[in-house]
Amino acid sequence: MTDTAWIDAALTSARPQAVGALLRYFRNLDTAEEAFQNACLRALKSWPQNGPPRDPAAWLIMVGRNVAIDEVRRNKRQQPLPEDDQAISDLDDAEEEIAERLDGSHYRDDILRLLFICCHKDLPATQQIALALRIVSGLSVKQIARAFLVSEAAMEQRITRAKARVADARVPFETPGAVERSERLASVAAMIYLIFNEGYSASGDTAEIRSPLCEEAIRLARLLLRLFQSEPEIMGLTALLLLQHARAAARFDADGQVILLEDQDRGLWNQKLIAEGLALIDKAMRHRRSGPYQVQAAIAALHARAEKPEDTDWAQIDLLYGALEVMQPSPVVTLNRAVAVSKVRGAEAALEMIEPLAPRLANYFHYFGVRGAFLMQLGRNEEARVAFDRAIALANTTAEAAHIRMHIDRLMRDSQPRSAKAK
Amino acid sequence: MLYAILCYHDEDLVGSWSKEQDAAVMQKLAVVQENLAKQGRLGPVARLLPTTAATTLRKDDPPIVLDGPFAETKEQLLGFYVVDCKNLDEALDVARDLGKANPGGTYEIRPVGVFRPGSVES
Repeated sequence: MTDTAWIDAALTSARPQAVGALLRYFRNLDTAEEAFQNACLRALKSWPQNGPPRDPAAWLIMVGRNVAIDEVRRNKRQQPLPEDDQAISDLDDAEEEIAERLDGSHYRDDILRLLFICCHKDLPATQQIALALRIVSGLSVKQIARAFLVSEAAMEQRITRAKARVADARVPFETPGAVERSERLASVAAMIYLIFNEGYSASGDTAEIRSPLCEEAIRLARLLLRLFQSEPEIMGLTALLLLQHARAAARFDADGQVILLEDQDRGLWNQKLIAEGLALIDKAMRHRRSGPYQVQAAIAALHARAEKPEDTDWAQIDLLYGALEVMQPSPVVTLNRAVAVSKVRGAEAALEMIEPLAPRLANYFHYFGVRGAFLMQLGRNEEARVAFDRAIALANTTAEAAHIRMHIDRLMRDSQPRSAKAK
Repeated sequence: MLYAILCYHDEDLVGSWSKEQDAAVMQKLAVVQENLAKQGRLGPVARLLPTTAATTLRKDDPPIVLDGPFAETKEQLLGFYVVDCKNLDEALDVARDLGKANPGGTYEIRPVGVFRPGSVES
């Protein structure tokens, strides 16, 4: 690795902590971000010569703060600054002092606050994700625009709007109390899950450019888990993301077509990610405080543990989805459970289970894909075709549509009932 | 004498390496390891999963199980080597070679008291 690569990695890893602390100080996202950028510019000049500082985050916070204060003074804007603003003469001592303070509770709360601001409830999900990728992860507007398949100008506008909304919402900058902290933790976890899904639900030609979102979500989840080491749900979330992402290389063929779980080459699954995911879910279960992320991770773990598709413990997956339905009632959860039910009790029972979901999932691609597959298994080919046609109309990506078309082609080829593939 | 070379590094930093950066470091380290292996001096080598996957058992009475690694510090134990060296100077040389391949972080060099190679296949 070259020297600059080392610096890049150090800046990336220090970013959430440094921006978080600068935000606490300046109470303005733009100022904090700009201060961080300026500090990075100085780091690129100073670190190759002087070597890396002992604590890169502390260095960046201090330099960013001083540069911004100088700028304010130069502009002679009469902005009141917090009282602990002291001219820092000796760089080393100051760095040490800041590093010491960072090791305390501020460190946790700064990052949490930063994440929390990005997942503010007044912001629509897409803005939350865009803001987090910009502010916490430091991705460029161009990179984010590319991942969301929109123009750079549109993404710039989206982020600017999100920032304005955050400023209007008067987000509290004080250290959160215990109750508030656990509430924040839940919304931050949800936001990380959303970022992951943005990458995970991409397919075909978009899969490659969006998979960095999955990796970024995993990085943020690990960060959150390091801050809250005894939260089983955060262990569950991290495990879930690792286990899902482990299959990334096997999920699409060379043409970008979807490969179903049971048809995937399991040799392509990333065993290192699986090992880490299994270790985390194992650890989480010990706490006996179950939650939706842990249950989903446990389901993913059962798939990951099956060396061959026929080894999959569908009965246990059915039970786990049953538990998830209780915790998080949702037609989508029931739809997923129905796939497990079709394996355990047959397509008839599964079809019966999803029938009542029709009104609520009338515009959901997977509902019609799954329904078509069940009908096909039962040999009700004409009805299956109708369901598949509807699924194609609702497909979000070309790969999804192509996948359903393959089912229809198969129906056309033989009208014999055959074992079809569920989702 | 056998020496254990314990690898400490800032996990945030190592975790923010891209896949390519990580692979490049591993490849450079492999060169150093191959050299040692050819001389018949390389014992077991382990890279540990992130400390988020760690659990700590405090041997109090009764024992207490804690989530996370043993010590919350800036640098975490990320892996180790066991290498056969004549003396500390030689062990330091090996650590320096490893350090050239993977700059940053810290190596702790500890003489090994009891060594059982074990029977686990990797």
